[in-house]
Amino acid sequence: MNAASFIPLLLALTLAPLLPGIINRTKALFAGRRGQPFLQTYFDLLKLLHKGAVYSRTTTWIFRAGPMLGLAAVFMAVVLVPFGNCPALIAFPADFILFAGLLGLMRFFTVIAALDTGSSFEGMGASREVFFSALAEPALLVALATLARQAQSLSLSTILGQVSGGHWLQAGPVLALVLIALMIVLLAENSRIPVDDPNTHLELTMIHEVMVLDHGGPDFAFILYGAALKLWVLAALVVGMIVPDTGTLWLNLVLSVGGMFLLSIVVGLVESTMARLRLLIVPQLLVGAGALAAMAFLLGLNK
Amino acid sequence: MILTNLILVLVVLTNLKLLGSSRIGSSIRVVAAQGVVLGLLPILAHMHDLSLRFSLLAIGTVAIKGVVFPWFLFRAVREADVAREIEPYVGYVTSLLSGVVILAISFWMCQRLPMPESLASSWLAPIAIFSIFAGLFLIVSRKRALSQVLGFLVLENGVYTFGVGLAPQSSLLVEAGVLLDVFVAVFVMGITIFHINREFDHINTDQLNTLKD
Repeated sequence: MNAASFIPLLLALTLAPLLPGIINRTKALFAGRRGQPFLQTYFDLLKLLHKGAVYSRTTTWIFRAGPMLGLAAVFMAVVLVPFGNCPALIAFPADFILFAGLLGLMRFFTVIAALDTGSSFEGMGASREVFFSALAEPALLVALATLARQAQSLSLSTILGQVSGGHWLQAGPVLALVLIALMIVLLAENSRIPVDDPNTHLELTMIHEVMVLDHGGPDFAFILYGAALKLWVLAALVVGMIVPDTGTLWLNLVLSVGGMFLLSIVVGLVESTMARLRLLIVPQLLVGAGALAAMAFLLGLNK
Repeated sequence: MILTNLILVLVVLTNLKLLGSSRIGSSIRVVAAQGVVLGLLPILAHMHDLSLRFSLLAIGTVAIKGVVFPWFLFRAVREADVAREIEPYVGYVTSLLSGVVILAISFWMCQRLPMPESLASSWLAPIAIFSIFAGLFLIVSRKRALSQVLGFLVLENGVYTFGVGLAPQSSLLVEAGVLLDVFVAVFVMGITIFHINREFDHINTDQLNTLKD
């Protein structure tokens, strides 16, 4: 643990809500609208934090604990992921399994809080969320295992440092496959368009939004902030694979933050140019991502 | 080396796409793309001693696999009036996962086989064998005669990939002979599809075994 590792953490906590703003702005530009301000998520968070929460009589403590525990889990995931070639605050061998586990824990609390409301609508969303992440998680784990194998290391901090520095020349195809698989996982896990449409409310097709319908006030602020942080960590993985170490801390951080913004624009472009897939097709996409990751793993094994 | 590997990765990707897709039109385009990409393989694999026969082989492959076959198959699609494979014996997601398992088995097999030193890339033999098995899988698991023809082409692409890797040892005559065989086979299959379709109004092969005279 060193002092420089606190800077990426502070950056993540302050800049994460900016990413959804950039995505929305890109989509608005594509649609010919002016769009929301970049800082809209911050305004939403402030507004929600000043409100009181309303709880249904059918809910129990699980419903109240869900958002807080979800935010805590994703916060731990942020602590585990290195950023800008700065080692993560907490790094130990095989921490990428804990990383996947923490994302799973966050999802688990969102899901049981949704089930706790007793609404059949939220139950449906919970079922879809669990189904799709059950397919996305193997893709994430196999992709991370491939990176670990390429870097000959088990800790996320060293893996990303090694991969971005020079591995692209020797194992370009393998890393490109992993990158595509991780991008699909990023879109699926953050309920972006080919899998889930973040704009649809009260549609029978939505997944993530339907689970958080009954939360309000500070609880919903936690959920929004948690979603922004989740987007940040998964994007940090992708950016960490690409941005090489320049040697200076500040230049690394500036490059990585620029990479995050660029990735948000790419997500916005994907959302503007693609239609949401039918629910029946989504498993094919996610299994495809898993197949790409597995293929990268096999190719990486037999250099 | 890196370009050869890139082509081989593209071959695996196109095979996985074929295993997971139901539309015959897009599958034909994917097989054509695979043929064109493979046509470039002999040039890249033997960049340092590029001779006339490799160039001729490349041009012939690209012309036949990238232009003649797609044209022929699209004509068969129009005549038989099929847009997509329906109810294959093995579902698309299962096929895709089987593809990954087949890839793993191919890599495992090739570690056990004695390989010549002159192979252009260590991925070449496993991916050639993967193509052969993926083609066989497509032939066995699909019902439409057109999908089976595509499976046959993938199988042949696997044989071709293997041949190109060993090209210094094999002669142009063999390569040209294989290409001619495939050409005739696709020609015959096209005619057969046309006749099956005219007799029975569909090209599902699973009912052919109930034929009586």
